[in-house]
Amino acid sequence: MRHLLSINDLSLTDAIGILDTATELSRISDGQVKKLPTLRGRTIVNLFAEDSTRTRISFEAAAKRLSADVINFSAKGSSISKGESLKDTAMTLQAMGADAVVIRHGASGAPQRLADLEWMTGSVINAGDGTHEHPSQALLDAFTIRKHLGKGAADLAGIKVAIVGDVLHSRVARSNVLLLNLLGAHVTLVAPPTLLPVGVESWPATISYDLDSVLSQVDVVMMLRVQQERMSDLFFPNAREYSRYFGLNLQRLALMQPHAIIMHPGPMNRGLEIAAEVADSARSVIVEQVANGVSVRMAILYVLLAGAPSGSESN
Amino acid sequence: MSETKFVLKGGSLPDGSMRNILIVGDSISAIDATVNEADATIIDVTGSVILPGLVDLHTHLREPGREDAETVESASRAGAKGGFTALSAMANTSPVADNAGVVEQVYRLGQAAGLLDVFPIGAVTQGLKGEALSEIGAMADSVARVRVFSDDGMCVFDPLVMRRALEYIKKFDGVIAQHAQEPRLTVGSQMNEGEISARLGLRGWPAIAEEAIIARDVLLTDHVQSRLHVCHVTTAGGVEIIRWAKARGINVTAEVTPHHLLLTDELASTYDPIFKVNPPLRTEKDVQALREALADGTIDIVATDHAPHTMESKECEWQEASFGMLGLETALSIVQKTMVDTGLLTWQGVATRMSTAPAAIGAYFDQGQGLVVGARAHISVIDPSKTWIVDRDIVQSRSRNTPFHGYELPGVVTHTFFKGKATLIDGVVA
Repeated sequence: MRHLLSINDLSLTDAIGILDTATELSRISDGQVKKLPTLRGRTIVNLFAEDSTRTRISFEAAAKRLSADVINFSAKGSSISKGESLKDTAMTLQAMGADAVVIRHGASGAPQRLADLEWMTGSVINAGDGTHEHPSQALLDAFTIRKHLGKGAADLAGIKVAIVGDVLHSRVARSNVLLLNLLGAHVTLVAPPTLLPVGVESWPATISYDLDSVLSQVDVVMMLRVQQERMSDLFFPNAREYSRYFGLNLQRLALMQPHAIIMHPGPMNRGLEIAAEVADSARSVIVEQVANGVSVRMAILYVLLAGAPSGSESN
Repeated sequence: MSETKFVLKGGSLPDGSMRNILIVGDSISAIDATVNEADATIIDVTGSVILPGLVDLHTHLREPGREDAETVESASRAGAKGGFTALSAMANTSPVADNAGVVEQVYRLGQAAGLLDVFPIGAVTQGLKGEALSEIGAMADSVARVRVFSDDGMCVFDPLVMRRALEYIKKFDGVIAQHAQEPRLTVGSQMNEGEISARLGLRGWPAIAEEAIIARDVLLTDHVQSRLHVCHVTTAGGVEIIRWAKARGINVTAEVTPHHLLLTDELASTYDPIFKVNPPLRTEKDVQALREALADGTIDIVATDHAPHTMESKECEWQEASFGMLGLETALSIVQKTMVDTGLLTWQGVATRMSTAPAAIGAYFDQGQGLVVGARAHISVIDPSKTWIVDRDIVQSRSRNTPFHGYELPGVVTHTFFKGKATLIDGVVA
């Protein structure tokens, strides 16, 4: 495996391999010396054409714990904001000898373009592209679910997950549907009909418009961020009505099974899709997701880069 | 000065009969099995099909304004290479062809290139803005004799503007060629809306956005008793509406592009914007419906929607890229592959749909007369038994955005004659 562009790039063995590697690496993160020499001398570029503090910091921490050299290349003030093409940016990174590029981009498919066009020879890791995918988020979510509910199994067979909210615009939802399905979990998508894509019927997931009827059935409730501007695009009348039907509040928390956990990829809109009391409750694993993110991203970098010496990629 | 003479020997006419054709000067002077002229240049076209010169009703020549992507001259060369003897220059140039000055300029550039006829299409509305009618009469009465009016690229969306345009063109025996795209349903749209767009996270361009406008326009056309041409139909639903309208006797014609006869939205999975086009590639079901509609005459013609773009507007992220693909040099081969080789259409049918019918819709003087003695010698010769491999690096067009790069296609266009002059000889543009 050279790139991680989509969950579709992973076989079941690959996915479990990353989760197992992350488990190993998280033990190191918990130890006194957090750093491994694995990627010493390798250069990883964080190419963030779209603002994202948390994902960039998570990848940066992961790379540094593996002793890689990290270069941050952000949208604001960089050549990207001055209209430089993806091609020129890629060729610049190639000239600088990047072994891997972690790319966050507003355009769906931008990481695949970077990988396919051979403007650069390094690995491409998709850190979220438009409304397409966010595979490292799905892997850290699966890692978190397995830790809490896996009962020692390698996969997530039989676990029921509800993904709630703006599925239409969510790259997190797309990657999670694919990965959870690959790992044997059952996904129910819960959203107003306006925020489900036409064609969603072909996804390996059950569809529901009724959060209350789903909550008692599932082991995991994964809330998605709802952006305020969706209201002006007529997806729902107003924030209050959205919360009334699709917000996770204390009354709804009471409907959940005792062992069920609450997740959110962040950043949260407290009071819109999730009530503050719920976000901060004992059932919430939201902060833990962030910590797990570093271990999972270390595992991704490890699997893609360790072993192959710098510049040895053929073709 | 003696007139040039050619004898095309050994080929078959669209109806399958073997005939030699004698071209004298700018006209076809004899068609029979034995014709032979001592002083003529003999061209052996044994095994080839001889078609009347192809007429494209939908071409983007980019001049004036984007000569870095295409010029009238380079598009004329691409046309000759593809077997065309007439192109129609869409109005979305810069400046827009919404006045007599621009259409006359484009017309004269076509004459100067001299490889085929260039018939300018006039904009329906000033600046393609969809608000005020352009100077339709001035364009109709200009040297360019414009009869086809289109805001292609933009839909004449306002129903009142469309009604007035349909009414007004009746004075000039004109036709409105509509780019059917409901703008509110396609804000920011990137590709066909369906399973693939849902998976790829690219904003959908629903079939209904095309069908709703076609439905409205055929009803308007009926109401004001005018004439409508529907550009690049792409959906099975659009075909059904046109079939219904024709059955009602509404004066509507329609076109399909070669790429919509072959390619589907699955190709967007590559995120390579070479497959980004407006209207978008649809599903396999739509492709089949379009082929059947072209075969049964519901769709009257094939038109290329040849849309050249520079490298940088395609070598980028999908959503940043321009819409459009090249079409002139591959059109006839794609039609052979999708329609003739599949048994859906005879060569006679191809001649109607790519020469006679488009010339009739555009009222193009001198074009589409068929292969008859006395007709202007506009001729295209294709060897259907040969195949070729599309190579974007050796196209005649100034741009290289063909979606068929690397495809092996049937049918090699070997000769094109425009007014009796060889514009393509053994595959080489004269």
